[in-house]
Amino acid sequence: MARITMREAISQALWEEMERDPSVFILGEEVGVWGGTYAVTKGFYDHFGPERVRDTPIAEAAIIGGAIGAALTGTRPVAELMTINFAFSAMDHIVNEAAKLHYMFGGQFVLPMVIRAVGGGGRQLGATHSQTPDAVFAHFPGLKVVAPGTPEDAKGLLKAAIRSNDPVLFIEHATLYQVRGEVPEGDYVIPLGKSKVQRPGKDVTIITYSKMLELSTKAADQLAKEGIEAEIVDLRSLRPLDMGPVLESFKKTNRAVIVEEGWRSYGVGSEVAARIYEEAFDYVDAPIQRVAQKEVPLPYNRTLEQMALPQIEDIVKAVKEVL
Amino acid sequence: MKKEEHLELYYQMVLIRLVEEQAAQLYQQGKIGGFLHLYIGQEAVSTGLISARQPQDRVITAYRDHGVAINCGLSAREVVAELLGKVTGSSKGKGGSMHMADVNKNFWGGHAIVGAHLPIAAGLALGDQYQKNDGVTICMFGDGATNIGYFHEALNLSKVWNLPVLWVCENNQYGMGTAVERASAVSEIRQKAEGYSIPSSRVDGMDVLAVRKASEEAIAYVRSGKGPYFLEIVTYRFRGHSMGDPERYRKAEEVRQWQENDPIGIYRRYLVDHAIATESELNEVDQRANETTLDAVQFAESSPEPPAEMLFQHIYVDAD
Ligand SMILES: Cc1ncc(C[n+]2csc(CCOP(=O)(O)OP(=O)(O)O)c2C)c(N)n1
Ligand SMILES: [Mg+2]
Repeated sequence: MARITMREAISQALWEEMERDPSVFILGEEVGVWGGTYAVTKGFYDHFGPERVRDTPIAEAAIIGGAIGAALTGTRPVAELMTINFAFSAMDHIVNEAAKLHYMFGGQFVLPMVIRAVGGGGRQLGATHSQTPDAVFAHFPGLKVVAPGTPEDAKGLLKAAIRSNDPVLFIEHATLYQVRGEVPEGDYVIPLGKSKVQRPGKDVTIITYSKMLELSTKAADQLAKEGIEAEIVDLRSLRPLDMGPVLESFKKTNRAVIVEEGWRSYGVGSEVAARIYEEAFDYVDAPIQRVAQKEVPLPYNRTLEQMALPQIEDIVKAVKEVL
Repeated sequence: MKKEEHLELYYQMVLIRLVEEQAAQLYQQGKIGGFLHLYIGQEAVSTGLISARQPQDRVITAYRDHGVAINCGLSAREVVAELLGKVTGSSKGKGGSMHMADVNKNFWGGHAIVGAHLPIAAGLALGDQYQKNDGVTICMFGDGATNIGYFHEALNLSKVWNLPVLWVCENNQYGMGTAVERASAVSEIRQKAEGYSIPSSRVDGMDVLAVRKASEEAIAYVRSGKGPYFLEIVTYRFRGHSMGDPERYRKAEEVRQWQENDPIGIYRRYLVDHAIATESELNEVDQRANETTLDAVQFAESSPEPPAEMLFQHIYVDAD
């Protein structure tokens, strides 16, 4: 175990997979000479060379379409979208191609590819550059969507994503890169599509993922001082969605708060709440609460932006609401 | 061109330079958040270009937009206030550095998704064509933007429909850290227009008068109803792509050489050498630009934040 940052954990997973498997290569904007705009691939270009760390033009459709084509031939491309907001420029290739080809051609097409994309708000980047559209992508069968909240999970899940034979969207949160945590050294793989209890508790279940795990943990610390023990279930993958640990926890606490950074409507919380009502209705002791982003495009002004984003106090308040 | 006009162009270039330098400082002080893309080195491009437009001509650009905003007639006050996220900013503090606009000045933004505003520019031109307005839409974008599909769709459509749009590529040699020849099949960007049968020219973007002349001709061509035209303006950004750019992709020597080719210095020398203005007259202009800049900073810093209720304003036009 070593205590490293999320950035280092992701970088390590990529590096180790490239060392292990020559069919793995990286393509994307500024991944090479620049070293990645978030410095995740710093040093890769010098070590692996321009064939395996490919700087692309600003052409998201060509990046994702190109990754799909290369994956079909048996390579394992890791395509980097500088931010998830630019995934919309490649939406056809993500949604109408990557998510469909295996199914539509009766299982003939196999695309072992990963799309790494940075998302999230809170850095005053304005409406177009601050989105958390994770639920949008989780909507499509055929695409796997992963969004880790800890360095350990980031490493293990990215390795699994690269080894997966399906297209995986791997969503990183821009404000988590500096977060530190214990990460196992060497080959460490976590299966995709498995939720995890990150903090045990008995009074209420907080279901969350990615950046909101950090906020939920802080909220739980605060609640603990008042004698309220929150159990936190981290979804880690949005598709496939593993409801097992969620339901198990809920059947124990009978109360749930779902915390996501994206917009509330048609969001992760909507889906998880619906599943709890469907599958554990008899255990419901209070209406499930959702904490999410206000339904506005994120403004640039710092105060307004923070008003729109979920805050620790919102989580604490929602927990008290269900108790 | 009359002397006053020369002095006005010179003033705008100096004002942009000073506002950008202030912006860099305000960013370092943590008063500006998000991304900040400076226009330093490229002042002659939009100054020459936009000085050639008529009021009915629309301007639309990418996120490197502070200079363009000033050339379009936005005050330095509104620009700096927007950078500080104040309610007195051109987008009321909701847009920030990348999203300035003033539709009353026919400045249609400030767009942060690379290439996405090109089809919109075609649409602005379509609207004018449809309504038989005689406006020309001037669409500015970087060299990097010519590699995304949007560029090609927009150029093709503009030719097929004979739209009154002037495509202006600001070729500053890099899209972030990627040199043109590493990302574009042709390094003379205007060649891309040939594929769509759009006439083009290439001009030195460090020479404001050359830009101005080429722009006048190009705008006149488009206004005459002959369809779109393509201008490639060759320039260089003296600063990083945005604040905090480690600039590993270019040599300090290369930057230094271009800096010797400072568009403001070139123009200043021209004005003096051709006895259009004296050194002391130009110093006065510098002084005026400096006062305007300091006033803008003062104004922005003392302006109020947007009120909380503004968070939920402007989501829809029609209240439900
Ligand atoms: C669709 C999309 N992809 C990527 C980005 C990130 N990005 C912002 S600016 C930029 C470089 C653009 O270069 P260029 O068009 O030459 O303009 P310049 O910055 O040189 O003015 C990139 C890659 C973006 N904003 N939008
Ligand atoms: Mg450029």
